[in-house]
Amino acid sequence: MAFENKYVRTVKAADFKLWEKAQPRLLNLDIELTERCNNNCLHCCINLPENDESARQRELTTDELKKILREAASLGCLSVRLTGGEPLLRPDFAELYLFIRKLGIKVLLFTNATLINADLIQLFRKYPPGELIEVTVYGMTQRTYEAVSRVKGTFAKAFRGITLLLENNIPFVVKSALLPQNREDIPAFEAWAKSIPWMTKPPRYSMFFDLRNRRDSDKNDLIARVRATPDDGIDFIMRNPEAYRKDMQAFCAKFTSPPGDKLFTCGAGKKSGTIDAYGNFQVCMLVRHPATLYDLRRGSLQDALDNFFPHVLAAKAKNSDYLQKCAKCFLKGLCEQCPGKAWTEHGTLDTPVSYLCDIAHKQARLLGLLDEHEWAWQVEDWRQRIDRFVASE
Amino acid sequence: MEQGISLNDVLSISEDVVAREVEREFLIIPIASGVGDMEDELYSLNECGKAIWDKLDGVKSLAQIKSDLAEEYDAPPEEIETDVLNFTSELLKRKILVRI
Repeated sequence: MAFENKYVRTVKAADFKLWEKAQPRLLNLDIELTERCNNNCLHCCINLPENDESARQRELTTDELKKILREAASLGCLSVRLTGGEPLLRPDFAELYLFIRKLGIKVLLFTNATLINADLIQLFRKYPPGELIEVTVYGMTQRTYEAVSRVKGTFAKAFRGITLLLENNIPFVVKSALLPQNREDIPAFEAWAKSIPWMTKPPRYSMFFDLRNRRDSDKNDLIARVRATPDDGIDFIMRNPEAYRKDMQAFCAKFTSPPGDKLFTCGAGKKSGTIDAYGNFQVCMLVRHPATLYDLRRGSLQDALDNFFPHVLAAKAKNSDYLQKCAKCFLKGLCEQCPGKAWTEHGTLDTPVSYLCDIAHKQARLLGLLDEHEWAWQVEDWRQRIDRFVASE
Repeated sequence: MEQGISLNDVLSISEDVVAREVEREFLIIPIASGVGDMEDELYSLNECGKAIWDKLDGVKSLAQIKSDLAEEYDAPPEEIETDVLNFTSELLKRKILVRI
């Protein structure tokens, strides 16, 4: 029962409205504890080998992370996402986790669950993360899982970890990456996901994979081969056409309009950011253009938020193709084109990504927003089209 | 009162909660299982609650705290006593405070 009297009021953390009036400098923070991973997934945009000693040596130390976290708490941060790579690979994970919780900050953990063990379970039982742990599951059989993870034994380890979470009532949800190698598992995955007590919604999938964030392009051909084509991806999303249409109507009512030449339109970096494994503070996980990185080993979160990010976020497009197409395109809300994606695909912040453009146009045609041969940036009556679509049955 | 709390009791703040002041809002955040009501709930103290909270040092009895507050605030001692006992008994029940 909620505790409410003249001295104190109870607030659901998820509904905490303090921020609407008080506006702390930092709301939430993503930290990539390491880029190393014990999986070697076909599609992954960031992972390095588990035993990459050069990467390990460059990673932020425990003390450096604690200093950053202390500052995050002082700036008002209430939630930290720990991701990687595989964050549980760090031997100081438990120490950092407890440190964060004792700062009064919730932890959102992204993991493949292969390293969940009895010690971590004990820690999570005593000090719950405060957010649902998110486990990515790459297949429902050893054959399919390890065709994606490309490391023997990882299927058994992942399901051992998941079983430990279940048996000990540690709240978590599952999600998946959809590749040709595990596509046959969808019915089994979804049926199993339904049995997990904390899965209140169907599982999420990634399928339009990003290319390598570090632009170490040896692997990009591989990623491009396994990521969904626009046709396949949209067919998958449209498995439940009515729900999809409703979602899109709600989404388009809010977010669809031409963005103009302003590149950052998503809210990234205003009260949030990502710290990479080496102490670079960036406005989001994808944007790793050197000109957009702030070195926390030489500065502070506050300085980055107050003095550095505003310049990054003020960037305007100069690419003439972008200005002729993306800047005038009313499908902005349906399209994942952003500086981060432009960086991973082209090494710039403002080059149009044709893969994303194709996906957005395919969706718009299916939803009746565009005719077969129209391009969205050429449409003048876009607002009426959106209004008609949003009002349609 | 809840759990038979009295002015002779000495209470301290549990190690399983974190108190944070964020943009002038004073929050108590339970971080361990079984503390507070629900895992995802925070508690926000008003000025009166905060004044009592600040005195809970694990050394002073509630009687001493009442007396300190009576010197600092222009309020009838009996009202302060009621406030101190009501506030601390609720937090004790939720394991946010512990008896020494």
